[in-house]
Amino acid sequence: MALLELENVHVYYGNIHALKGISIQVEEGEVVAMLGANGAGKTTTLRTISGLLRPREGRVHLRGESIDTMPPHVIVHKGVGHAPEGRRIFARLTVEENLMMGAYARADPHGIKEDLDRVFALFPRLKERISQVAGTLSGGEQQMLAIGRALMARPRILLLDEPSMGLAPVLVEQIFETLKTINTQGTTILLVEQNAYMALTIAARGYVLQTGEIALSGKAAELQANEEVRRAYLGG
Amino acid sequence: MRSDRGSWGRVISGGLIFGAAAVFVSLVGMVEALGVRVIVIGVIDFGRLLLLLIGLGAGYQAARRGGGGVVIALLRGLLAGAATGAGLAALLVLGSEVNLRGMFINASPALFEIISFGRGAAGVPLVVAAGAVVGVLGAAATLLPGTVRGPLGAGVTATIVIGLFQELLQIILQGEEGVRAAIRQLIFVPEGLPPRGALEVFVVVLVASALWRSRRPVVRGWISKRPPRTQRLLRLLGLLLAVAVVLVLPAAGGLFVSQVLVLVGLYTLMGLGLNLEVGFAGLLDLGFVAFFAIGAYTVGLLTSTGQYGVAHWSFWAAVPVALVVSLIAGFLFGLPILRIRGDYLAIATLGFGEIIRLLALSDALRPWFGGSQGILAVPKPNIGGFEFSGPMQIFYITLVSSAFIAFVAARLRDSRLGRAWMAMREDEDVAEAMGINLINVKLLAYGIGGAFAGMGGAIFAALLGSIFPHSFNLLISINVLALIIVGGMGSLPGVVVGSLFLVGLPELLREFSDFRFLVYGAALIIMMQVKPAGLWPAAAVRRELLKEEPVGAVTEGPVAERAEA
Ligand SMILES: Nc1ncnc2c1ncn2[C@@H]1O[C@H](COP(=O)(O)OP(=O)(O)OP(=O)(O)O)[C@@H](O)[C@H]1O
Ligand SMILES: [Mg+2]
Repeated sequence: MALLELENVHVYYGNIHALKGISIQVEEGEVVAMLGANGAGKTTTLRTISGLLRPREGRVHLRGESIDTMPPHVIVHKGVGHAPEGRRIFARLTVEENLMMGAYARADPHGIKEDLDRVFALFPRLKERISQVAGTLSGGEQQMLAIGRALMARPRILLLDEPSMGLAPVLVEQIFETLKTINTQGTTILLVEQNAYMALTIAARGYVLQTGEIALSGKAAELQANEEVRRAYLGG
Repeated sequence: MRSDRGSWGRVISGGLIFGAAAVFVSLVGMVEALGVRVIVIGVIDFGRLLLLLIGLGAGYQAARRGGGGVVIALLRGLLAGAATGAGLAALLVLGSEVNLRGMFINASPALFEIISFGRGAAGVPLVVAAGAVVGVLGAAATLLPGTVRGPLGAGVTATIVIGLFQELLQIILQGEEGVRAAIRQLIFVPEGLPPRGALEVFVVVLVASALWRSRRPVVRGWISKRPPRTQRLLRLLGLLLAVAVVLVLPAAGGLFVSQVLVLVGLYTLMGLGLNLEVGFAGLLDLGFVAFFAIGAYTVGLLTSTGQYGVAHWSFWAAVPVALVVSLIAGFLFGLPILRIRGDYLAIATLGFGEIIRLLALSDALRPWFGGSQGILAVPKPNIGGFEFSGPMQIFYITLVSSAFIAFVAARLRDSRLGRAWMAMREDEDVAEAMGINLINVKLLAYGIGGAFAGMGGAIFAALLGSIFPHSFNLLISINVLALIIVGGMGSLPGVVVGSLFLVGLPELLREFSDFRFLVYGAALIIMMQVKPAGLWPAAAVRRELLKEEPVGAVTEGPVAERAEA
């Protein structure tokens, strides 16, 4: 049974048909990439999985259990962590307070402490800035914080919405290294990216979204080799 | 040189803005009305003080901007002050040429008498010169080192405060002999504060403040070297002393002061509630008075011995019910507006406040709520024969409930629920993605905030002994919002400070009452400029506003957005 499965999901914003029957599967332990141009519906897909949007049609299953009617806070409890688009950190709170907010849904102080150490091990820069106000972090640090905060919920599956956005290439590489580590430590990742090249280096499989529909899917290597993908997303 | 000229132009235009402010407060009648209150006999009254402060402000402002040495700064102050004076002088000239009274009823001969130092149009040069002198003084204040400015400021402030409240203080210090009388006779004459008393107060406070400044590190050092137990004991002692002072306030201050204090207490209760909604949870609410009304009507209906009383309960039995009813009202109030955000929330909540008032006022519900005639014969609370018959006694109920509710609010703030509110305040969407149940958390904010205000309403009913719908108008909601902004959004001590400043002070200075909302508006604008975080900011806000701009750090994203918002 797949860890996460979307089955023919349709999502509307009023009259706008944003997702037109999307089916996606993510297996336990995988990194799956979701590629697509601006406005293709990537963010919409992640928000639907988190319960922030409701599909009008279709199902979302987590380990076989249907979660598409559950409110967001219950879905978080079930193990879905979401680092939203655009590094939405709590700008006026400190780094530590942001991370603790990520653990809001949990009630095991011991485990929370463990995960805090784990996040600091993954992102040593955050530890140095533990009591700095998050709004004053650099863009890269804010992205680290957003990922770290999502990890604090100890999710089974981590939904990442464009973690490379607006970052220098070196930093992007560093972040993707860390994502790989997070994955090998046992967290499944569904990764939305515009940076198809980087995404496909760490993902095992990928989906290409086009105006609300899955245009292509397959192994990372296949996608990398695909002419259309190369032309549209890999610049060649 | 060119840029220099530009900056002198700015100094003058800045001074003219202060001059416009001086003209404005004169023409709306503030100077004359406040002039009734003499601060130092034969020297200055409140109206003149206001003009003086505007001149000082002009000089202070001008000197603080831009570099330059001492002389340049003083010159800036002189120029700005003269420009301020010129504004008033222009009014003087205009007033002597044209009859302004047709348009400005406050442009009376008495006003021109005040402005012109009794010389009419001939006083023009004097007014400008006086402005210049005052401007230099204001500029000088920026140049003084803190060790001098602090004590000096304390001395002046103390003298002004004692002069302003001389009547009240004399009542407090009444009696024929003893310490009180001795102090009174030392400072005051029966008519007020004479120059000699003013000087005494000034010197004593100046010296005391300077001494305290120089001794403070020593005292602090001494305390920090004591064993922890002694330190705790000292802190406890300080607390007990403060409590003791507060406890004797009604007895010392008399009926009028007690009345004001109870009012401050009621606004503190409401402020604590609204602070929880707006400051903690970020939910704007302009209909907050609804909960105050619901608390009052619940107690009124349950305890009244009059026509509309339904149960003839005691106050103490009715209060818990009032709390529960306003809590439930908060939930119900929250339900329809769960999905509304931002500006729309302001409008929607505004409507709610009015709905409750109109329901209470309506003829259809008159058989139950008494309509515009209200509910009469609400009995006073009593415990075992002791009746809380008036403000001097009800003060203690207000005090205890404010303290208790502030304690509850502090505990809530530091709880899990408080963290959820904080996350919601910062970013509702992300809070939801963090696993926070927005519906519960919002409803709890409205409910608990409402209950706090309901407590205030309950006391209000007992205080007045009658309840009328017109007591619960929009202005109360606005007052409460203004006081938590002035005190500091999200800060608990800020609520008390805010209600002392915006409710207590205007109440004590009755001459103010006509200009209350003018003063509110000015206070809010000045606050936003000078102390945007409020008089007693909450920790998170303080951090944000006082942080140093880190060199090269990215400040885009949420911070920038918030700054614009
Ligand atoms: N709140 C909304 N109301 C109306 N339309 C929306 C809303 N949010 C998104 N859309 C529309 O839905 C479509 C998909 O948007 P979505 O944000 O999912 O795109 P995306 O793939 O994440 O794009 P990007 O890479 O630019 O982030 C777009 O056409 C967008 O305009
Ligand atoms: Mg997107």
